[in-house]
Amino acid sequence: MNPIVILASKEIHDGMRNRWVAATILLLGMLALILSFLGSAPTGELKVAALEVSVVSLTSLSMYLLPLIALMLSFDTLVGEFEHGTMLLLLTYPVQRWQIIAGKFAGHTSILLLAILIGYGTTLGVLILANEGDTTGWQAYAAMMATSLLLGCVFLAIGYLLSSLARERAVAIGAAVATWLVLVVFYDLGLLSALMIDEGKHISEGLFSALMLANPADAYRLFNFAGFEDISKLVGTSSVETGLLAPLASMLTWILIPLILTTIKFQKREL
Amino acid sequence: MHKHAIELEAVDKRYDKTAVVDNISLQINSGESFVLVGHNGAGKTTLMKLMLGLTQPNAGQVRVLGKDPASRAFSALRRGLGYLPESVSFYHHMTGFELLRYYARLKGVAVNEIGKSLQQVGLLEAANKRLHTYSKGMRQRLGLAQAILGSPRLLFLDEPTTGLDPSLRRDFYRIIGALRASGSTVVISSHSLNEIEAQADRIALIKNGKLVACGSLEELSRLVNLPVRTRLTVAPGQAAGIAGQLEAHFRIDEINDHDITLVCPVDHKIAMLRHVSDLGDAVLDISMSAPRLDEIYLHFMHEEQQ
Repeated sequence: MNPIVILASKEIHDGMRNRWVAATILLLGMLALILSFLGSAPTGELKVAALEVSVVSLTSLSMYLLPLIALMLSFDTLVGEFEHGTMLLLLTYPVQRWQIIAGKFAGHTSILLLAILIGYGTTLGVLILANEGDTTGWQAYAAMMATSLLLGCVFLAIGYLLSSLARERAVAIGAAVATWLVLVVFYDLGLLSALMIDEGKHISEGLFSALMLANPADAYRLFNFAGFEDISKLVGTSSVETGLLAPLASMLTWILIPLILTTIKFQKREL
Repeated sequence: MHKHAIELEAVDKRYDKTAVVDNISLQINSGESFVLVGHNGAGKTTLMKLMLGLTQPNAGQVRVLGKDPASRAFSALRRGLGYLPESVSFYHHMTGFELLRYYARLKGVAVNEIGKSLQQVGLLEAANKRLHTYSKGMRQRLGLAQAILGSPRLLFLDEPTTGLDPSLRRDFYRIIGALRASGSTVVISSHSLNEIEAQADRIALIKNGKLVACGSLEELSRLVNLPVRTRLTVAPGQAAGIAGQLEAHFRIDEINDHDITLVCPVDHKIAMLRHVSDLGDAVLDISMSAPRLDEIYLHFMHEEQQ
């Protein structure tokens, strides 16, 4: 058996055993259902399909929640094994270091995939049933699910990088929380205050779009909001014209670069 | 098949400018049981990590089974390698069986080998218990079970019996002995010297990262030419008189009312016995002790300081 598969299945089993998987599915599923039904209330007036409204509320939910879940899943993955002493033994087995990262990443991605599929998938089914079989807007919903996974992967990759840089678990968890706060919470606040102070003098629309794209969480939101005309009208992000490819490219870059840096750092690490 | 399973050539390893391994060259033959002996912090663990490719030397060359153990090409050879780290730690939420299955898969060892391994270390009954319920001794046994999975050609054991009770130690050495008999090369590090004597084909004495001496027990004893100590028991009050007769030929180390301890070089042993037998009935009992690994070790460690 390929070592990547072995390592991935160990992560999935660990996730099942320590209830990470169950908790994540439950959390995503419950919140998605609650938000979707709260969000359905104004549909009569706004005349958009219920599914597309759900995409808006679920995007906002995912943007905060998935990065946090992904970081909590990943911050420990290298530093924890180093600190606990299990890495020493693992590295004497016929496994290359990049395979360890690839295997863990595949395992953690599967956990997120499972949680998103079940958590958001159930909500999708319930919404279609509630709309008497109306499936309008399912593409937007499916795209939201797919990009949610991408967003999760971004923060898994960032979590690995922190895990490879930190010398102790305690440092890694602190860095993970700080990263979440900066990228998901403060970045938007900062951008908003900068816009208000600037009053359109220096920050052009192009720069603003670029700054939004540079942040993976905002890229995720841009994709799901700006991608669909109805939704962007609804939430008012239509002024930022980025198309669909740019946000996707931003997220993929945010997955690849931390993973590459993690691998380089891990390769150099001596025991 | 390489004659030398492991070769170290002028290997240096520094951590933050402190030399942990200092210009060590040694060869470990295939099928040999090789023991690294030294104080804590002498560099034994680092030497083992160098041989395992977990860390790379600052200078010199390490070759294991003909390849650099830190290279990618070595990865495939790791299937034939077993390692028991000093103070081994595991994923405590797993059961013993699950843990071994994980490691067996990584090594490409058949699942039915797991039971065999567990049985050898006497953990078959505890196989389905979670590891956080295991005692220290059980964890060490499991560590050995993991190391011997798939009967490795090369086995590294870092302080394997520290903290184990004597019966467990015997089990440990019995298992290692079986592997040796099947032709595996075994590298053991230890600071408990006497216990390791019977296990060692050759011994390397390490001090402050330097190789102080290397060879079989006989070679090392010859090298130091440590004296044989002989203790004579005589009738009470006779000791001083008898010692007087022997003084011309041998050094008297200790003397009391009825005991005399003589010291002589190994090659004077027979001559000394002849002298003692000439004393006739005056000597009630005699006991001799050859230098043991402990004394040889102390000799080398002491010599180095002077």
